[in-house]
Amino acid sequence: MKSAPANRLGRLRVLLLCVALLLPLAAAAIDALPFKDRAEEQRFQNLTRQLRCLVCQNESLADSSADLAKDLRQEVFEQMRQGKSDAEIKRYLTARYSDFVLYNPPLRGGTFVLWFGPLLVLLIGSAIVFRIVRRRGATKPSAAPASTNEEDW
Amino acid sequence: MNTRFLPLAGFALVAILLGFGIAWMRGNSMNEVPSPLIGKPAPAFDLPRLDDPQQRLSNADFSGKPYLLNVFASWCFACRDEHPLLMAEAKQLDIPVIGFNYKDDPADAKRWLSRFGDPYSVVIADRDGRTAIDFGVYGAPESFLVDANGIIRYKRIGAITPEVMAFEIKPRLKAMQGAGG
Repeated sequence: MKSAPANRLGRLRVLLLCVALLLPLAAAAIDALPFKDRAEEQRFQNLTRQLRCLVCQNESLADSSADLAKDLRQEVFEQMRQGKSDAEIKRYLTARYSDFVLYNPPLRGGTFVLWFGPLLVLLIGSAIVFRIVRRRGATKPSAAPASTNEEDW
Repeated sequence: MNTRFLPLAGFALVAILLGFGIAWMRGNSMNEVPSPLIGKPAPAFDLPRLDDPQQRLSNADFSGKPYLLNVFASWCFACRDEHPLLMAEAKQLDIPVIGFNYKDDPADAKRWLSRFGDPYSVVIADRDGRTAIDFGVYGAPESFLVDANGIIRYKRIGAITPEVMAFEIKPRLKAMQGAGG
């Protein structure tokens, strides 16, 4: 009769010891997210690489060790687990942190110059080069003065 | 057209572009993420009070009156810079100034407030930073001016300076009180 409670206490002790031994594991697992398979991990990595860390803005969410980045990685992971699509997760983040969180800005009125500006500059540049080349071609016999002209620059 | 001046024109173009960039950077900090929440309702929150965690406060507790939500933490250096200003001016604003204790140890936060003074009407604690994400907080200090209808009217990223208080917060508050009565 007396041994039963003592036995129970002993078992409790063993259980507590096991829990205590497992605690560091739980702590280590905080950022090593519990992916269920390789595909899920790859999707997570791919998604967080497209997102900017707000604190250190030259780092992606995947690379940053900032505290907020850790929280946001956790958030992204949980939303993935809830079955949200990449687009939905991005919408969640842009609703709070604006398009700034996306490394790929969306194409719309305000970002038109950003997307097509370089192309426009390239076109203008090639038009100028084309004109110069054609003019030089036309004045081929007097190529010598043109080259001294170049040295003046 | 004389092609001789083309490089000069090109140089001038680049100079204008860079000059424009510098001028723009002066007015707009590159580190400031524009908040998409301005003009939108403040995100729903339901957080425990720092001094009495049993009691929770939500948006409903502050509706009908403008308020200033100030994100701070005991670990945040810039919060100490803005602290004297809040101590001096918070009471005169005549609106609730709510302290939003961000990812902080409650004991540390209480010690910080008792050491430097408590300028807040009430302090709510967001230990895990979940609500802060909804507010688009990415650092401390940050401050949100919310109107009587619960719409965010203004966000300050970084410490509130005397200039920000005088030229950004107070005029907006005056306009709100003039309109809302």
